[in-house]
Parts: sequence; structure tokens; C-alpha cells
Amino acid sequence: MKIAVCVKAVPDAAAGRRIDPATNRLDRSVELAISDFDTYAVEEALKLKEAAGDGEVVIVSMGPERAMDALRKALAMGADRAVLVTDAALEGSDLLGTAKALAGALEQESPDLVLFGQQSADGGGASLWAAVGERLRCPIVSQASELTVEGGSLTGKRQTEFGYDTIRAPLPAIVAVSDAINTPRYPSLKGIMGAKKKPQATLSAADVGGATEPATTVVGLNPPPARGEARRIEDDGSAAEQIVEFLAEKRLI
Amino acid sequence: MAKTLVFLEHHEGQIQKGSLGALAKAASVGDAHGVLVGSGVRSIADGVGTTVWLADDERLSAPLPQPRVDVLAKLVRDEGYDTVLFGQSVLAADIAAGLAARLDAGLNWGLVDFDGTQGRAPQLQDTVVVDVGWTSLVRIGIFRAGALDATELGGTTDVKDAAVELEDFSTSAEMVEQAHAEQQGPSIEDADVIVAGGRGLGEPEKFALAEELAKALGGAVAATRAVVDAGWYPYSAQVGQTGKTVSPKLYVALGISGAIQHKVGMQGSNVIVAINKDANAPIFEFSDLGVVGDLHEIVPKLTELVRARRS
Repeated sequence: MKIAVCVKAVPDAAAGRRIDPATNRLDRSVELAISDFDTYAVEEALKLKEAAGDGEVVIVSMGPERAMDALRKALAMGADRAVLVTDAALEGSDLLGTAKALAGALEQESPDLVLFGQQSADGGGASLWAAVGERLRCPIVSQASELTVEGGSLTGKRQTEFGYDTIRAPLPAIVAVSDAINTPRYPSLKGIMGAKKKPQATLSAADVGGATEPATTVVGLNPPPARGEARRIEDDGSAAEQIVEFLAEKRLI
Repeated sequence: MAKTLVFLEHHEGQIQKGSLGALAKAASVGDAHGVLVGSGVRSIADGVGTTVWLADDERLSAPLPQPRVDVLAKLVRDEGYDTVLFGQSVLAADIAAGLAARLDAGLNWGLVDFDGTQGRAPQLQDTVVVDVGWTSLVRIGIFRAGALDATELGGTTDVKDAAVELEDFSTSAEMVEQAHAEQQGPSIEDADVIVAGGRGLGEPEKFALAEELAKALGGAVAATRAVVDAGWYPYSAQVGQTGKTVSPKLYVALGISGAIQHKVGMQGSNVIVAINKDANAPIFEFSDLGVVGDLHEIVPKLTELVRARRS
């Protein structure tokens, strides 16, 4: 079975995430790391491959050229190779452009199964897979906290606001896994050493059907509304009384 | 003036608050119609107060996104809607993105406001508020849960049948089973006061502390992902990225560190009070009142004081 895992290289949380006011885009000049949420998808792909006894796990991403450094973490975890769609023409792509580029790359790979993480760690988007599924015209299952693949179909347990749905879909299919599905492994030293030697290919915009003008724009940036003055107390035995006073002041009791 | 179609998500015969909020917002800036999709759901349209497109078909009974993309895409094309709005949910996000790809329409999410041409969305953990726009012919937007009030439209409900033509790939996924968590106590989505418990409670039995305080305050009990995963409390009470999003008047966080996963589910609360023994817990960064101390000492006293005050 061939599994593709779509991952995003995001500005490292430790480096801080900010929108560059000059471009109105997320500042990606800082160190990039594979989105934490995507490591669950990588782990699930590796587990499925291990259970099947054979197969291939391909990492597929779109981003700046140096995003390949971040993708190497997935290779170090055990993925077989990486494909990065990278092109200046794709900078500033929104959901539509990203979905089109990833779908173009996935069409060339024609995997049996495509996995995503549950959301992006920077933009907070949680729907890219649905746009990719629409372009590839294949079934999608999102927020899967359990996944089994048997014969030509998969069964996923989707976690929604109301409980759990068990959904079955024929392959090829796309599944976005939730972070409840597994515990991602840490790359071993051997894995890290071997990652650099694994195949790492890049594709241009032209290779995946060309760039698409964004259909969404950032018009302006504003500071967040002030939260009012936050109060902090250390319990000296009177914390309960102070909380009651605070609630009374706010007319909450 | 915008001509908007709003997806009316429903569960157990009720249109979700987030959908009604989106409808009310759309109606305040232009013409707003709803679309209701399911099987045997005609009666749910009663009282919506505007035109409601009804796609009632057995093949639409399971809440799966892709057949709904087919229904909405046809309506947008046939009826000339220029805007499609959703209230945030797992289902809505999947429909919105599928529809965006189908119609080559821009999608903005996390909206807290919309004026007919532009939207407003806090981003990067609410460190910046972004004014967003669309360059496409059709605008698609998802509102953040709890961002809007579900005011009634008060107009005439006019139910019209929508044509249902489904693509093969849209119907290839099938629902095998739905296991909906039993609700315990009052619903956290509608509660004015929520007392939430996390790992800091120490053990499952200590949820009684949260329950007692909630009872005294007339509120509901919520839980973090960590304690739900550990089996301390039912999933229906889970607040956060993979649970419910709430925006009560008062949110009391007991022994909750305030990880981003949890924060996104409760940051819209009016007043946040946190009790945690770790002075460095992130929750203190977005609490109105942060109390560093032992909740096992403070909460029973607090419950007594609240009871005394209210009796």
C-alpha cells in the first residue's frame, strides 16, 4: 500500500509566529518545523505500513525550498521519501492554490491513501483535505481518532461535536487524523542519520498545473482587543473570599 | 447587497446555534436564505423566518460533507448566491472547503464579523485581528463558534425544495454507525456559567468539586481533553479544539494548564477565573482573575460562600 502524508512546515513555535505587516503574510523567514499535528499523520502512516508488512510512505508538502529541512523530521521518523512543491509563484497561496498544488503532486503519486493532520499549527485551518478531496474526486474522512484499512476500503472513527461517527470509504481516500489517534514516535539517532540519504524531490508550480491567484485577501491588521485588567492573587487563605468579591463586582453572583 | 446562503446544520431536530448566528449576521447585511439538508427534516425549518431551501433525501440522512457540497454548489449556481456562510463545526469546515474548491471561491475561516464584503478574524492565537476580503465571485466564510448571537429573524418561513443531484464520489463514503455521547447535566453550549476541570483535580472523584461549584453557581461542568481521554469525564463535556467551543459569561478553570488546544474552545468567555497551583500555567495569561493556590482548599470554601450568598 502506498500512503502519502501531506504535511506543512510552519514557523517554529519557539521562534514565534507573526504576520509581516509589509506583506500581510505569515513571516516564514524564521526556522521552520513540521506542524506538530502532522506528526500524528506520519505516525499513523508508518503504523499502517508496518502492519501491512510492505508499502511506501511518501511525504508531500508545499512551501519554501528550506521547508525540506523540516520534512526531514518525517523521514527520520521512518517515511521513505519526500516531495516538496516549491516555487516563488506559489508564495502567498491560499486554500485554493494550496489544494490545487497538493492535488497536482498527489495525482503524480497516485497513492492508495492520503493522510493529513487535524489542523495547521499556524493558520489554524482545518479543512484543506476537503478541498484536495474535491479536486481528486475521492472520499474524505476528517477528525479520525481511529483508522483501519482492510482490503480496498478504510474505516475511520470521526470525532465531532456530538460524539463518534464510524465512516467507511473505498480507497483511494483521504483521511485527516486527530491527535487522539496515536503517540508519534521520536526519530531515532539512526533514523536522523539516515534521513539525509533518503530521496527528496522538488516540483515546480508548472509541474503541478500552475499557480493560482489567491481568492482571499488580507485587507488590514489590527491589534487584539484588550482583555481588561487581569488580576492575579496568591492564595493566603483568603482566595475564596477574594474570588467571591471579584464575581460580585462583575455582577456574576 | 450580499445575497447569502447559510448552511443550517442540525442535530436531533435542532438547528445549531452557530448556524442561526450566521443567518442572523447575514440577514443584517443583505438577503439571507438558509439551506437545510437531511432526511425527514422538513419540520426543522419551522420558524427560521426566511426562505429555506430543503434538500430532503434518504441519501442525505448521514451528516457527511461531500453530498452536501453537491447540494450547496447547485443552489449557488442556480440561484446566484454570492456568499455562503457557515457556523464552525467539523462538518461545516469540510463542506465549506469542498465547496470552495468546487466553485473556485475563496474561503475565510475563524470569522467573528462580516459586513457584506469583508470579514474580521482573530488569528495567531488572537494576537492579531485580521480584516479579510475575497477576490472571487463567490465568498465563503466560516464563523468562529460562539462569535455571534442567534437572534430570530422574525420573517416568514418559506420552504422551497432544492434539487438533489449527487456525484458518485460524493456518495462513496458511508456512515456505518453513529455513537452520540449522552449529555450529563445542563448543556455546556447554552450555559451562562461553566466550571471546567483538568488534570489538576488529581483524580476522577474530585470532579465532585467542580460539580458542586457549578451547582452553586447555577452552571454546567466541562472538562479538558486530557481528563476526557483518561476517562474521568464524558466526551460530551469536552471543551477545546476537538470538543465544544463555549462562550459563557463566566468560565471557572480548575486545575487547567491552558494549553492552546483548550484555549481555542473557551477564549470567547466573557470572564475567566483560573485556579491553578502552578504560577507559570499559561491559563493565567488569558484569565481575568488568576488564583495561584491549591484548588482542593479553595474550591470547597468558594462553593460554601457562593451558596451562602445565593440563599
